[in-house]
Amino acid sequence: MELLRTENISKSYSGRMILRDISMHLEKGELVSLLGLSGSGKTTLLNILSGLIRPDTGSVYLSGAEITGQPGHISYMLQKDLLLEHKRVIDNVALPLIIRGMKKEEARKRAEPCFRDFDLEGTQTLYPSQLSGGMRQRAALLRTYLGSQGVILLDEPFSALDMITREQLHAWYLDIMSRMGFSTVLITHDVDEAIQLSDRIYLLTGSPGEIHHEIRVDCPRNTRQDFNLLPEFAAYKRQIRDILQEAMRTSNAAG
Amino acid sequence: MRKRSENIRDKLLPAGAFALILLIWWALSASGIIPGFMLPSPWDMISALFRDFPNLMTHAWVSIQEAVYGLLIGVLLAFGLACAMDRFGMLEKAVLPLLVVTQTIPTIAIAPLLVLWMGFGMAPKITLVVITTFFPVAVGLLDGFKSVDPDAVALLRSMNATRWQIFRHVKIPASLPFFFSGLRVSASYAVVGAVISEWLGGFEGLGVYMTRVRKAYAFDKMFAVILLIVIVSLLLMKLVNVIKTAAMPWLKYRKETDGTQRKTV
Repeated sequence: MELLRTENISKSYSGRMILRDISMHLEKGELVSLLGLSGSGKTTLLNILSGLIRPDTGSVYLSGAEITGQPGHISYMLQKDLLLEHKRVIDNVALPLIIRGMKKEEARKRAEPCFRDFDLEGTQTLYPSQLSGGMRQRAALLRTYLGSQGVILLDEPFSALDMITREQLHAWYLDIMSRMGFSTVLITHDVDEAIQLSDRIYLLTGSPGEIHHEIRVDCPRNTRQDFNLLPEFAAYKRQIRDILQEAMRTSNAAG
Repeated sequence: MRKRSENIRDKLLPAGAFALILLIWWALSASGIIPGFMLPSPWDMISALFRDFPNLMTHAWVSIQEAVYGLLIGVLLAFGLACAMDRFGMLEKAVLPLLVVTQTIPTIAIAPLLVLWMGFGMAPKITLVVITTFFPVAVGLLDGFKSVDPDAVALLRSMNATRWQIFRHVKIPASLPFFFSGLRVSASYAVVGAVISEWLGGFEGLGVYMTRVRKAYAFDKMFAVILLIVIVSLLLMKLVNVIKTAAMPWLKYRKETDGTQRKTV
């Protein structure tokens, strides 16, 4: 079942085109990556998908309804966890519900059961400064999940973590995604992370950024833990690297 | 253990410096290098404070009222203007330079005008305190509003938060440390502002009392008033610190955990 769809999105700033004709879709329960080099318009696309800015042309649909330029439908999480230091963890994660008009106590009650699912049991009354880096990321993910309508947008959320913590979070994220049944669009420049996590990868290349390639990663989610050690992983990586290098050569020749 | 000894050292150093100044002061007045009527000894000052304590308290109460009312009005006005300047960039561009100019005008020059316009009651004193305390709070708040992480604002916007919700959940809490820094400065200005305005006319207050004892060449009493002004100002600043700690409980936890987080996910 198709959950999120974009049709022919283009965006320019000050006469310079950043994105051209971006069309993509996300199925229910799927994790799709938008993999691009620096300057390919990833952040602009994130802002368009989350409704913070309107594209010049094109549309965004969520469950068939148009949400172009309308914030509040798709939650996102950045590399910075952006937890508010003055709020206790429970109030941080319940914030999207409070923003929607839910009473504070009701929002807390709604958030409370999710703490166990997100391995955050016992942190409800703590302040963010009392959490470790991984816990902060999970708290931010819980906030994103509570604010979502089935689709979560991630912008390189694990890139600031050390390798071991990152790998643990990758495995944990795929597990929680399956258990809670939400879908994810991951925006990243990290090829390894994209292959490790994604069901499909859209390659955002060139300037303006365009999608010319879509790669399906065939590996069941429950065997992803050591996927990066297998030859298939290296083959995907080589394929993506070749495409990105070719795109860069073409871009340099044109520019 | 090391931290504890550092804490003790941090407290002993200013106390030692203060004791040294008192000692030098006492030595200068006791040796007669500076005559006693010009520089009374610390002991003379303290005995004058206790001798005239009831009278001083009556005057201090008036000055404290002027300082506190002025400070409260100044903070309210500063909050309103800082919010308006944050909301309307044009207003900030128009008003901020004027505010800076008002701070270059000496308080002592405005005080007689205020007495002339408003009489000898509390009104000119409170007005002067408002003028002196307004600026640090307004500028502190404005800096605080600007210090907010734009990504945090964007995150709330992506949740479809209203302007007021962004203000309440992000901007105001982020500006609190700046606000309290400004308030601390303003609190110290408040008492001094009230006393200066009382010099120029009035019936009660530490400034009025100060003028009287100066004219009577009772310098021990004058030093006692100065000591009292210092004590009141320090108490007011301490009160600001207590309110700050209560208003920002998360800072306490940040201090406790800084540099000690070693948990693994």
